[in-house]
Amino acid sequence: MEGKEMKKIAMYWGAGCGGCDVSLLSLHEKILDLLEEAEIVFWPCAMDFKYEDLEKMKDGSIDIAFYNGAIRTEENEEIAKLLRKKSKILVAYGSCATEGCVIGLANLYSREEIFDTVYLKNETTKNEDGIIPSSNDLHLPEFLPHLKTLEQVVKVDAFIPGCPPPKPVLENALEALLQGKTEFGKSVALCDECPRKDSKPEKIEINKFYRWHEKEDNGDCFLAQGIICMGPATRAGCEAECISANIPCTGCMGAVPKVREQGISMLSALASILGDMDEEKEKEIIESLQDVVGTFYKYATAKLLPEGRLKDES
Amino acid sequence: MARRIGVFVCHCGINIAGTVDVERVARELEKQPGVVFATTYQYMCSDPGQNLIKQKIEEENLDAVVVAACSPAMHEETFRGVCREYFNEYRCEMANIREQCSWVHDGEEATEKAIKIVKATVEKLRDNEDLMPILVPVEKKCLIIGGGIAGIQAALDIADAGYKVILVEKEPSIGGRMAQLSETFPTLDCSQCILTPKMVAVARHPNIKLLTYSEVLEISGFVGNFHVKILKKPRYVDEDACTVCGDCEEVCPVIVANEFEMERKPRKAIYIPFPQAVPSTYTLDREACLGLAPLTCSQCKEVCEANAIDYDMQPKIIEEDVGAIIVATGYDLYDKNKLVEYGYGEDDDIITSLEFERMLSASGPTGGKIIKPSTGKEPKKVVFIQCAGSRDKQHMPYCSSICCMYTAKHALLYKHHVPDGEAYIFYIDIRATGKGYEEFIERVMEEERINYIRGKVAKIYRDGDKIVVCGVDTLTGRKVEVQADLVVLAMAIVGKEEAVKIAKKLKVAVDDGNFFKESHPKLKPVEALTRGIYFAGCAQAPKDIPSAVAQASAAASKVLSIFSKDKLEKDPLIAVVDEEHCSACGICVSVCPYGAMMKMENGKARCIEALCEGCGTCAAACPSSNIEMRNYKDEQIVKMVEVVI
Ligand SMILES: Cc1cc2nc3c(=O)[nH]c(=O)nc-3n(C[C@H](O)[C@H](O)[C@H](O)COP(=O)(O)OP(=O)(O)OC[C@H]3O[C@@H](n4cnc5c(N)ncnc54)[C@H](O)[C@@H]3O)c2cc1C
Ligand code: SF4
Ligand code: SF4
Ligand code: SF4
Repeated sequence: MEGKEMKKIAMYWGAGCGGCDVSLLSLHEKILDLLEEAEIVFWPCAMDFKYEDLEKMKDGSIDIAFYNGAIRTEENEEIAKLLRKKSKILVAYGSCATEGCVIGLANLYSREEIFDTVYLKNETTKNEDGIIPSSNDLHLPEFLPHLKTLEQVVKVDAFIPGCPPPKPVLENALEALLQGKTEFGKSVALCDECPRKDSKPEKIEINKFYRWHEKEDNGDCFLAQGIICMGPATRAGCEAECISANIPCTGCMGAVPKVREQGISMLSALASILGDMDEEKEKEIIESLQDVVGTFYKYATAKLLPEGRLKDES
Repeated sequence: MARRIGVFVCHCGINIAGTVDVERVARELEKQPGVVFATTYQYMCSDPGQNLIKQKIEEENLDAVVVAACSPAMHEETFRGVCREYFNEYRCEMANIREQCSWVHDGEEATEKAIKIVKATVEKLRDNEDLMPILVPVEKKCLIIGGGIAGIQAALDIADAGYKVILVEKEPSIGGRMAQLSETFPTLDCSQCILTPKMVAVARHPNIKLLTYSEVLEISGFVGNFHVKILKKPRYVDEDACTVCGDCEEVCPVIVANEFEMERKPRKAIYIPFPQAVPSTYTLDREACLGLAPLTCSQCKEVCEANAIDYDMQPKIIEEDVGAIIVATGYDLYDKNKLVEYGYGEDDDIITSLEFERMLSASGPTGGKIIKPSTGKEPKKVVFIQCAGSRDKQHMPYCSSICCMYTAKHALLYKHHVPDGEAYIFYIDIRATGKGYEEFIERVMEEERINYIRGKVAKIYRDGDKIVVCGVDTLTGRKVEVQADLVVLAMAIVGKEEAVKIAKKLKVAVDDGNFFKESHPKLKPVEALTRGIYFAGCAQAPKDIPSAVAQASAAASKVLSIFSKDKLEKDPLIAVVDEEHCSACGICVSVCPYGAMMKMENGKARCIEALCEGCGTCAAACPSSNIEMRNYKDEQIVKMVEVVI
């Protein structure tokens, strides 16, 4: 690629499921276009790079660094800081890095409770000696008291939402980033691009909540069917992939830019469209909501509770 | 441009200053950025108070004003009026430190809260936009629901002033309860005689469209621009063709109870409720009729020489645009079956006051004779029980206001009919506050020698031919026991049961007795909270005919004042949708209680200015935070919260 200045890019995998790394590959042939404009200088998951390689780079020498996954260990934190130093633009890639995602729900529990469950109480765990790995025996990076988002550790220049970022979101983000833009993505909610939007009735009213399996899907807007769909409170851009597969939106793209908090927005919208009912029925319908945090704060718990759950005062 | 804000703290006599340290409020506020002047005054709303504001606006070159005083519902208009001479009136805000502070808190706490309230108002004011009122056109036509004396009076007043009226009455005739009464206290004029000329005037008035046997189905819109759908039920008789010859009634084989006669007299399936009914026509009661088809009966149709009977008549939906609405749906008596303690329903000789009215009427079930229903004989001892169901925590807690008066009337008329009879009245106290009312009671007590017994009835039971009424005369402390032939219960007055449904359609409130709730119990007694809707007569509270008529004229004058302008000014504090960022989720459209959010072709929402009441429901519900309330923008609210916490 003579004559053309190649952008140096890096990708790192913090605490996450690995889906983000795969999502970059899911660009398919588009990734070749990317490689025409950029060279990969660090991507441990895909190629052989060592931390020393990164340490050796000049500060600010990476044009765009993508960090996927959240910050759960000392090591995650260290690399986040290192990448920050080495790069011009640091991007939180995917929901974990941006908001904490599903693994951020761990902030509802203490580190001890988590270890207890994972190493001792889990039904599929066989650990007769009750061993809990610790840094005493091995040199292991410390498991931090709480999970953090990238922004809670270092300054972040851009965010790519999604769990993992869907293809259209990614293409759009990469194009913008390669042009040096850090603001991108849609700023309306998902209903805007939802294939079911025309089936909305004039007045949406909910008198009973159904979980997905409790109701035969008639193909209409999920919300109008009484099935909680986070679409109205969730940023568009994914081209409603889930809904196209007949699955209601769970909100991985996060809130639209104007909204302060996705969960509460959706809750107040839902509360507003409940049908006419007496207090008792109201209580019943509210109690029928299973797993409120997991429904409305599935992705943003860590962002909202960086210090974990407030302990009861009693 | 930074605002130059003046803060004016009102003492409201001791209403505020008695609790809140108003001086300290002013001194604290002076420290707020942007506040260039703060002071206190005895009564800000007084002329000198208003002048003080004007003077300071000029001297201090103020361009925005906060008046810390009572509720904006009281004086916002006063102070905005003062500021209007100098700058846009939306740069004037009131901070309510009376209702929301001095009246509900004490001491230091009150002063602290007052300071916070005023600071928050200053923060809000900083970002207020200059606004102009929205102008909406007025449809100069009035809908009146209910054709009792109140509805009739209001209709005549408005029609006489030259405006169109649609009068909707659900029964076959207008007239309401007054048509059922015999003579009226305190002057004892014949009720029908004074009522029927007004009913005829309604029927003849070119400006009144009378829709009887009709009900309001739907109401939408807002002051000046309501849209109503009215159902005109088929009466199967052509109102104009019917000559009221009564041939049909004669041949009709079906006999049912007559509602107008409190079910104490029969009527046929084809009937006219009373001879002076307006419109003057028979009505076929479909429920009672044998079949509405030539094969099943059709005797009435065969005898009708005027050819007025039409079995194929269909319900009609009539749509009208009106600018104002008066609700005059009147009252019912409290359900007699709920008064188990008086054994009503079980005993034929215990009747309600309205049944007694019908008995007194020459056209009533007994032809004007007072009888003991079980035997048909003249009752020689009658007990009247006041407050039956009223002023009673088990039933209706309020005073029904007219029972003392009509019971006195009943006792008097009874004595006129049965001069050798004895009348007893059990009462708690006598409330006779109208003009000439006390004199009327005195006359009844003295001239007619009615036995007034102050005390509640403890027990009623039947003993052979008699009904025994036991109680204690609390004035003498003696037990009283009367062997009565007839007992008349002055039943509590309650609002119509369907008032609740009508209220829902109108988006107005009703209170415990199903009475429509006025906007202010003293200062806005005929207005609903929703503009353009008014109440008249017993629909609002129990009252006598003179009060019902006066209230009807008051409501009419309110309507006329709306009709006196071509355009109405409307508060511009409405919802605004950022259409670009609207996802068309449809939530706001679903929640707006005024139908002001409209779904556009592309599914996105748009607020119809004229319909929006600025309630903010949509803004709270929009999951995209995409709706802003004018002068209550999110940033404003956040800033207000920040200064108070
Ligand atoms: C026993 C008794 C004796 C009385 N004697 C006297 C007296 O001597 N002097 C005196 O001053 N007052 C007397 N009153 C009080 C008097 O009856 C009332 O003040 C008066 O009738 C009130 O008139 P109104 O128009 O408010 O209500 P109403 O007379 O109740 O008229 C309401 C009308 O609205 C109609 N309506 C109701 N709902 C609807 C609907 N949904 N759609 C359309 N139309 C509807 C009804 O059919 C009715 O025609 C007496 C009351 C009682 C109970
Ligand atoms: S609520 Fe869900 S299903 Fe309904 S239109 Fe919005 S995104 Fe689609
Ligand atoms: S503020 Fe919103 S919900 Fe309230 S009347 Fe206006 S449009 Fe309707
Ligand atoms: S609630 Fe908000 S996003 Fe949804 S249709 Fe209304 S304005 Fe648009």
